[in-house]
This record gives sequence, C-alpha cells and structure tokens, in this order.
Amino acid sequence: MRWLQRLLNRNRLEEQLDEELRFHIDRHVAELIAGGVPPTEARRRARLAIGGPEQVKESCRDARGTLWLENLWHDFRYGLRTLGQRRIFTSAAVLTLALGIGASTAIFSAVNRILIESLPYPDSRRIVAIWDARADGKRNFGTFAAFRGIQDRNQTLEAIAVTRPWQPTLTGNGEAERLEGQSVSADYLRVLGVAPVLGRDFTSDDDRLNGPRVAILSTSVWRQRFAGDPAVIGRQILLDNASYTVIGVMPPTFENVVAREAEVWRPLQYDPAIRPNSREWGHHLRTLARLRPGQTLARTGEDLEGIRRALSQTYSSGLPPRFQVLRLQDDLTSAIKPSLIAVLGAVLLVLAIACVNVTNLMLARGSQRKGEFAMRAALGAGRMRLIRQVLAENLLVALLGGAVGIASALAGVRILSVVAPRVLLLGGAVQVDSTALVFAIGATGIAGLLFGFVPAWHISGGDLLASIHQRSRSAIGSHQRTRRVLVVAEVAMALVLLVSAGLLLRSLQRLFAIDPGFDSSHLLTMQVQLSGRRFNQPELTNQFFTQVAEAVRHVPGVKAAGLTSQLPLSGDVDEYGVQLEPVPGRTTKGGYSSYRYAIMPGYLETLGITLRRGRLLDARDTASAPPSALVSESLARSAFGGQDPVGQRIRVGPASFTVVGVVGDVKQTSLAASQAEAVYVPSEQWLAFADHTMSLVVRAHGDAAKLAAPVKRAVSSVDANQPIVRVATMDSLLAQTASERRFALILFEAFAVAALMLAAIGVYGVLAGNVAERTREIGIRAALGATRADILAVVIRQGVTLAGIGAAIGVGGAAAVSRLLGGLLFGISPLDPITFAVVIALLVTVTAVASWIPAWRAVRVDPSITLRAE
Amino acid sequence: MKARSDLPQGALDLLILKIVALGAIHGYGIAQRLQQVSHDVVQVPQGSLYPALHRLENRGFLAADWQDTETGREAKFYRLTRKGRAQFDAEAASWQRLTEAVGLVLRLSTGGAE
Repeated sequence: MRWLQRLLNRNRLEEQLDEELRFHIDRHVAELIAGGVPPTEARRRARLAIGGPEQVKESCRDARGTLWLENLWHDFRYGLRTLGQRRIFTSAAVLTLALGIGASTAIFSAVNRILIESLPYPDSRRIVAIWDARADGKRNFGTFAAFRGIQDRNQTLEAIAVTRPWQPTLTGNGEAERLEGQSVSADYLRVLGVAPVLGRDFTSDDDRLNGPRVAILSTSVWRQRFAGDPAVIGRQILLDNASYTVIGVMPPTFENVVAREAEVWRPLQYDPAIRPNSREWGHHLRTLARLRPGQTLARTGEDLEGIRRALSQTYSSGLPPRFQVLRLQDDLTSAIKPSLIAVLGAVLLVLAIACVNVTNLMLARGSQRKGEFAMRAALGAGRMRLIRQVLAENLLVALLGGAVGIASALAGVRILSVVAPRVLLLGGAVQVDSTALVFAIGATGIAGLLFGFVPAWHISGGDLLASIHQRSRSAIGSHQRTRRVLVVAEVAMALVLLVSAGLLLRSLQRLFAIDPGFDSSHLLTMQVQLSGRRFNQPELTNQFFTQVAEAVRHVPGVKAAGLTSQLPLSGDVDEYGVQLEPVPGRTTKGGYSSYRYAIMPGYLETLGITLRRGRLLDARDTASAPPSALVSESLARSAFGGQDPVGQRIRVGPASFTVVGVVGDVKQTSLAASQAEAVYVPSEQWLAFADHTMSLVVRAHGDAAKLAAPVKRAVSSVDANQPIVRVATMDSLLAQTASERRFALILFEAFAVAALMLAAIGVYGVLAGNVAERTREIGIRAALGATRADILAVVIRQGVTLAGIGAAIGVGGAAAVSRLLGGLLFGISPLDPITFAVVIALLVTVTAVASWIPAWRAVRVDPSITLRAE
Repeated sequence: MKARSDLPQGALDLLILKIVALGAIHGYGIAQRLQQVSHDVVQVPQGSLYPALHRLENRGFLAADWQDTETGREAKFYRLTRKGRAQFDAEAASWQRLTEAVGLVLRLSTGGAE
C-alpha cells in the first residue's frame, strides 16, 4: 500500500521535501543575483515568492494524504502530555464528565430496557392485551365468556389466552411453600411464543372441565425443589394438597412479563358451556392474544367489535360497551412511562450541565494558552490544524470521562437494581447492555465534539499575532462572553432540576402527612393461608384462625392481634358492589363499589380504626347470629346521605347484612387514593368463611419487626403445614406505596445537588478568570480609593447577576417542565410558588458564596504590585 | 496556508501536466516555463505549485526521481505517467470544449448587440 509506505517513509519524504524547496529557492536566488540583485535582497525576494517555506511544506504534507494520521498521533501524544501536566484540571474535567455520562448511562440502561426494547418474545409486536372497556373510561378484567366468544369467531388472531393468578402451596417435598403461579388457558405459552425446555406445553385436552391435574414448573422451582432432575416429568407433586402431574419445565431465560413471580402453571379448566351468572362471567381474567402476521391493532379492534355485537344477540348482559386492544408492551409500561421519562430527562439535564461545565473549564484553559497557540500559528500551523489539535485534546478528555463514566454506570445499575422500586423496573434487573454502551459512547463522542468545538473555535480565532505581543483584549472579551452564556445556561438547567426535586419533596411531605385512617406504627403484618380439603368445613377454618389469633396474643410483646381478608396498603384489592335493600318509599339506586373486609374480632381494635357510630363487630357475630356489617364514613355518606345507616339493611354481593356501626375511612390502595367506600363483615358470616387467605395484624409494645420470628412460631404451633407469607411491618408497607415517588425524589435530589454544585463551580470559574484578567483594573480602582467593600460588591454582583439571569430563564423552563412531572406530584401545583421561591433563594445564595472566593482574591490585590507588574 | 491562484480551478493541474509532458523537469523549471510560455500572463503563486505537484504525484499522474542537474546538484524531476497522459488528454479535451463553448456564447451575445 503506497499510502502506508508514505507513512513509513516519512523521514525520507521530509528530507526530500526540504531539499526540493531549498533547490527551488537557491536557483531563484542565483538567477536574481545574476540579474544584478544584491544577495540579501535576492534571498528575501525568493522566500517571499514561494510564500513562506514552512507553510508550503505543510500544504505539501497535506497533499501527501497521510498528514491527518500523523497529526492525529501527534495531537494525541501532545494532548496526553499537556493533560498529564495539569492533573487537577484534567481530573476535574474527567470526573465531571464521568458523572454525567455514568449517571445518564445507568438511567438509560433502566429506561431503555422497559420503554424501548421489545419484550423478550419472538415477534413480540404481535402480542396484545385485550381488556373490557367500562362506561366510565376505566378498564376491567376480561370474562371467560367473552374469551370463548373471541376464540371461536375471530379472523385476526393467531392465538388467544386468558390467565388468572394462582397461589398454590407446595407440600410433601421439604418445607411447605406458597408459590406464585398462574391458571392459564391452553394457548397461553403459544401466545407468548415460548415453549417448555423440558416436557410439553398444555393442550386443549388438558384445559377442559374436570380435565387432568397437570402442571408446568419454572426452572428455579425445578432446580430448588427437584434438584434439576429431568425425571421430574411425569412425577406427581402436591399443590394445595391435590396431586398434580408435572408435564413440563420452562426455560431458565423465560421472562413472564404478565406475572414475573409465577413459578408454576396449570390449565384453567373452566366450563366452556357458558351459563348466565356463573363465574365464567366474572371480570377476573387477563386476556392476551397474538395477532396473525400482517394484522393491525385497528383491524383487530374492528374484528372484536363485530364479535361483541354478535355475542350481545345471545347474552343480554356481561359484555362490555367495547373491547380495548393494545400492544402488551404499551399495556405494561403505560403506567410507569411518565416517571421513567421524567427521570431520564433529569439525568440528561445533568449530562448537559456536565458538558457545559467542562466546556467552561476548557475555555478557561484556552485563554491561558493563547500565547502558545499564537506561537504555533506563527510557526506555520494552519487554523484547521490548531482546531484539530484542540479537538484532539478535548476528545481525549471526553474519552477518559467516558471510560470512567461507563465504569461508574456498571456500578450504578447495581445500585439502581437494589434501590429502584420493583413496579418501576417491572421486576427485572438492570444491566448495561450493548445498546446502553452505544448510548454511552455516543454521549461521549457528542460531548467531546461539543466542548471540543467551542474552545477550538475561540483559540484559533481572534488576532493571533496580537496575542504574541500581548493578550488581546478583544479575544479575551469574547471568551468571557461565551463563558458567561454557558454559566447562565448551567444555572438555568440547575434551577429546573432543583424545582423538580423541590416539588417532589413537597409532594412526598404532603403524602405522608395524610392520615391512613389507622395507627401504622408498631404494626406487624403477615399473611396466613389455609390449604387442604379439611378446611372445606367452615367450623375448622374458623377454629384455626381463632386459635392463631389466640396464640399470637400470648406472644410476649404483643399488645393486640386481629385478622382480615384484605389488608390496607398491601396491594390487596377486593371490591364488591354494595346496595341498599329496597324498602317501601325508597327507590334503590345503583351499587356502590366498596372494599370488602371479612374480619375476625379484634382486627379494628388492633389497627386503631375509629368507631364513629353504633358498635364494632365482636364475638357476638357468629355464623348463627344475624348478619351484621360496618360501613365506612365515605360509604355512609354516599349511600345514606344524611340518614343514619345504623339499623339499615344492605346487600354486599350475594349476601344481606344489617348495618350496626360506622367506622372511619381507611386508605386501602395508597395514601394518594381518594376512594374510601368500605364495608366490614364478620368472616364467619361471609359465605361460610370463604376467605382462606387472611392477613394477621399484630400491634407490638416495642419494635414490630422484632416480633416477626416469635409470631411466626406461634402461628406454626397451631398448624405447621400452613404457610406464612408477606411478613412486613405496616410502616414499610406505607413507605412502599410511595416507593415510586420516593425513588424519583432520591434521583432528582441527587441530580439537583450535582447540578447545583456544577453551577456553583461554573460561576466560580468565570469570576476567578475574570478577576485574574482584571487584576490591573482592580488595582487601579483600589489605588483610586475604592474600599474593600466596593471591590467585593463589584465581583459578587457580577456572580449574582449571572445567577439571576440564569434563574429567570430557568423559572420559565421549570414552569414548562414541572407539568410533565404531573403524575408524580401530589397535592401540590406544578407552579407551587413556595418551591420556586425557596429554590431561587437557594441558587442565588449558593452562587453568592461561590462568588465570595474570587471576590476575596480581588480584595487582596495590592495596587502597588499590580500596577508595577505590567 | 493556501495561496490564492488567479487560474480557474483545475487549470493549474492542466498546465503542469502539459509542461511535464514535454519532458522530465524539476519544480523550479516548471515555474519558469509557466511564466515564459504564457508571456507572464499566468502568474502562478509558487506557494501553490509544490502542493499541486505533490498532489498529482500522489494520484499517480506524475512520477518523480532524483537526477543531476546541469549544475551538478541533484533535483527532483517529474515525468508524466501513462495514467497522467490519459488524464491530461481527457482534461485538455474537456478544457477545449469548455473554452469553445464559452467563446461561442460570448460571440453570440456580441452579435446580438449589433
């Protein structure tokens, strides 16, 4: 390769170039002398004619085509040397950049996996979720009847499946363990496009009424409980005391995005003969489908609407006003998208601030190196050559920053995986994958070019010749202008982050100021699940739970204990329609959707839920006693208006009760939730103790968490075969309901503090440079009688002015951006004036402090020395 | 530093190729010849001559070797390569066409004014 030869023969080529030009000049000189020109003048003319030998040489080297490579190498070596000489500058720039790139890469890794990457299934764009739309705009779970109708008649689906949660207890093979699982219709795994790695998938033969009891296991259960033995296929296992045949094991890589915790699957086995008012009409199934290749959401929507109309000919009620079809990806991410985008936006702001800060550092250094560059220009370096040199140096900083950034991102995602709430990450672990690496490298490159070009432009511009003799006033002026603009931008971006963090902080304060309706301190909670056929007798169930409560009350340190079918703030949602029983003279309005709590005596007292009227439920309310219920204040208000509910008759789902009391409202789903209609019924009176999963609440004298072990022992002492799950203190449940907001707050706080520091450093840098350049002026001022206070004021005013302009721009930006936080805010306007005021005050104070140091340096300028120095 | 040439783009390359086509010649010779032949009309800034020579050499239109001059000192002599010859023919033809066309247009406009 000639090109390579030229590169390798560089020295010889240089000598030849030298010789060629020398020959030219010598001949010209000789000729001029022969023409009668004096030798000195001849030599001058010859050199002039050729136009500067060094510049010509540089152009010839350029023509050689290898120059850029040689220069690149030179520039990088030179860059490394200069960076090495200025360790503080280099490490400041590299660390700032690493902060920006590291943080943004870590966040990007998390967001990318959820929002951008497709689901881990073949052709995942074809997988859709189907919901029953409700008249009020919300959506409902699907029904088996609708599923069967769609399955039989659709033209656009390759496969459709329904699934519901199933929590069987695995026994007979070590300790009893409650597993998360799913009951699924036959095509569930085919909709996802995955198949067992061992054994076989479900078939329609498995999924029929009274079909065979078969199950598919996850790899982790297979490994932990069956030692990864392939002979598990065909083996009988005990789930809820019933024998199931294992027919398959899922691959270890299988990600079940609909129910990530699920470890075991069984066929749904519903009755395909749809009868009215049967469970086949209950809204409790998640419906997933796989579109046929080439089908669109719109066409599928039309297809389903046609089916719905056809079905409504046969069935008078139970069908929704329409079906809602959306991609599974959107279905899973729509709720968390705003939070993730807000966090990503915040971290990109931090990256931008970091870049601006490094650019500022570079500019500051550039003005110190003005003389060096002027000298190099005089020695033959072209403008492009100088720009390339600066670019190379700055790219080097970017590369170092990027490398450190990626390293910290690798550590960052580990932390993220731990601290981020599961809902936000959809339960998966965050990893820096190849896409994230591309992002990091791209960010590094763009950052390098960005803060490479600005200083490069400044260094190569201006009157370089003037710079040799003295520092050019005009060039320095434009430097300062650019740096001021950058600092203003930095302050503005920092303000946006600070306002966002402030609003989140105030939201969280508001949220935790809300009364959940009970005393959450010193409360321990856990779930006890009954399994086994003997508990089909309600007396045995009642006896078991009564004994559990009694045993727990005897544990030292326990103040009170109670049991409920549904625990507030635990994620349980159990709603029933409550209706007033028709009485003469009153027409019945529609039902009131209310939380239903089947409770055992002592529950309300343990939680500290207040009685407003009438009496609480107690030991009187046995299975044989007249059915009694309590209603919450909200339900009393909405259902009975001004009337006293006590003594009134209500219907709760299938059963009738007499209201005996009114209790205070309780937050069920989260502190932010406003819905508080609730009805409390005695467990014994609810369909012959139909709730086999009860939550135990224990109020402790001291630390509730410490009671976990003795309380668990007490429960096991009643029956060791009944698993205990979900052990948590109420305080931690309370914190969890706000985990998404809290996580966003932690990130925003960290980003905002970083931004504030960077902005302060930026202000400091500009002022320090400014003071250094104005030493002479300050000296003159001092000599003319300016006091220390005057000089301090001049410098600090400059800093505060910059901050003020930045803050003004930032307020506009923050007002525009804070709306995007919408869903994360609670009980506070995105334009909350207090937050804005406090943040502006904070920012101005911090910049004033940052201005103090250069201001103090200015004060200490000794006029007699500075005036003599120049 | 790029010196400005009064010649149109590409013309300098064409002139260099023509001169070199007459026989092996060194850079100074080319500069002189350009001036003589064009009766001092074409002023080639010498600063752009050498970069042009090196560029043509790199593209394989010129070959160079070191030969003794009449004064006994060694100098770099440029020769036209076969590729350079073809390039020259193509360029010269296109130049001819262009100048003829431009000439035609100019005559036409003069005729129109009469």
